Amino acid sequence: MPDYNEYLERIFDVLKPFAKQGILLNEESELVTELGLTSLQVMELIEQLEDHFDMSIPLNILPDIRTVHDLAQALEKLNP
Amino acid sequence: MSLFDKFQPIADIQADLQALGIMPFGAVTEKLLSSTEAIVNGHKVILAGTNNYLGLTFEPECLEAAKNAIDELGTGTTGSRMANGTFAGHVALEKELAEFFDRKRSIVFSTGYAATMGMGSTLAGPGDVIVLDADSHASIYDGVRLGGADVIRFRHNDPADLDKRLRRLGDRIDNTLIIVEGIYSMMGDQAPLAEIAEVKRKYGGLLLVDEAHSLGMLGDHGRGVAEAAGVEDDVDFVVGTFSKSLGSIGGYCVSNHDQLDAIRFAIRAYIFTASPSPSVIASTRAALRLMQERPYLRDQLWANAQHLYDGLKALGLQVSPEVSPVVAVTIKNRNQAIDWWNRLLQRGAYVNLVMPPASPTEDSLLRCSVSAAHSAEQIDRIIEAFANVQNTPVAN
Repeated sequence: MPDYNEYLERIFDVLKPFAKQGILLNEESELVTELGLTSLQVMELIEQLEDHFDMSIPLNILPDIRTVHDLAQALEKLNP
Repeated sequence: MSLFDKFQPIADIQADLQALGIMPFGAVTEKLLSSTEAIVNGHKVILAGTNNYLGLTFEPECLEAAKNAIDELGTGTTGSRMANGTFAGHVALEKELAEFFDRKRSIVFSTGYAATMGMGSTLAGPGDVIVLDADSHASIYDGVRLGGADVIRFRHNDPADLDKRLRRLGDRIDNTLIIVEGIYSMMGDQAPLAEIAEVKRKYGGLLLVDEAHSLGMLGDHGRGVAEAAGVEDDVDFVVGTFSKSLGSIGGYCVSNHDQLDAIRFAIRAYIFTASPSPSVIASTRAALRLMQERPYLRDQLWANAQHLYDGLKALGLQVSPEVSPVVAVTIKNRNQAIDWWNRLLQRGAYVNLVMPPASPTEDSLLRCSVSAAHSAEQIDRIIEAFANVQNTPVAN
């Protein structure tokens, strides 16, 4: 199973086209308030990660996800 | 920070609109002239943004049934179905719905929202899985969130994507509920239900279909997309509303699963709300009967849908992907959509303004809908209003 860093790397890859220009991505980047992702873009991000890792990511995890780190950690927990 | 801070973006939009003198989300229908014409915000308009698909809101039989019910039973039940709110009419409507859908069991709810929210929140709970179409209605999202099941979306109207997501579930498929709609309310597109049913047959799970916008429109009996696609046996639960083709308010769920009788008493949206008032039940029963007696209304509705769709498409507007009683015109720029909505109203056509997040994409929509009761001349006037707005400069 992928580890935390693999999830992180992939999240960065998927986020690049979504994130506002000029903003540097890091683990503590906040998906909505900092990177400016709309709710539709968050959904798109989730779908792309599901397909890449061939896993299910329930929407229920979203209220606890604020940063890129939170997301990578949640994926690791879902796919131990 | 205060509790009110999060509402500021909404307040800002309201203030912008108020400054322009435009109130798209507070339009007041001052007088109904018929099922297709009204006075809205002081303008005489053709109603091209209602869900009165069969035009039954002023049918004499429905009016008389409602009036008689008020005289005989009063204005309201004053209680929930589980307490004092089950009248003979509620039971009769449940029986008639079950007969109409050719299902064993049925439940009547106080609104369509309560039906979808109630079923979605009750059928699947913690530890269960719900796989739903990404463009599902807010009432479905609200319900599944409340229920606590793991919620997974599949791409809108994409059976191959559903297949992929069901495969990933493995053994969890045994406690999985799949939720789709028949016709989607914003774009008017139909679910590919035959293919979705095929995926369900391949993996398992239960299937719930919300036929809110398809009741009375599709299928030999008007039972909706499931009937039209010939897959009613694959659909475990059909939910829907009385507030569109039946012209009243309320909702229903029908099923062949005997367990529905027990499920009824677990649905909080059924238990803890007052039951529909007698007049609502009476007019709904009359409308359900008329819908069956007058299949030609379906033909009129689809002829009108084709007429409006062709007319708006010919203007070069970006219309929904397929012909449907809901014809959505996509307007990318929000301010342009607001401006068009306002000028359409002034030119005698009332349509629905839909902005994100209510629209399925980042674009805004001018959502039009037709009724069987529209005349061809009225449809022409709606098209003419769009042409007029399109050909005049944008207002400041």
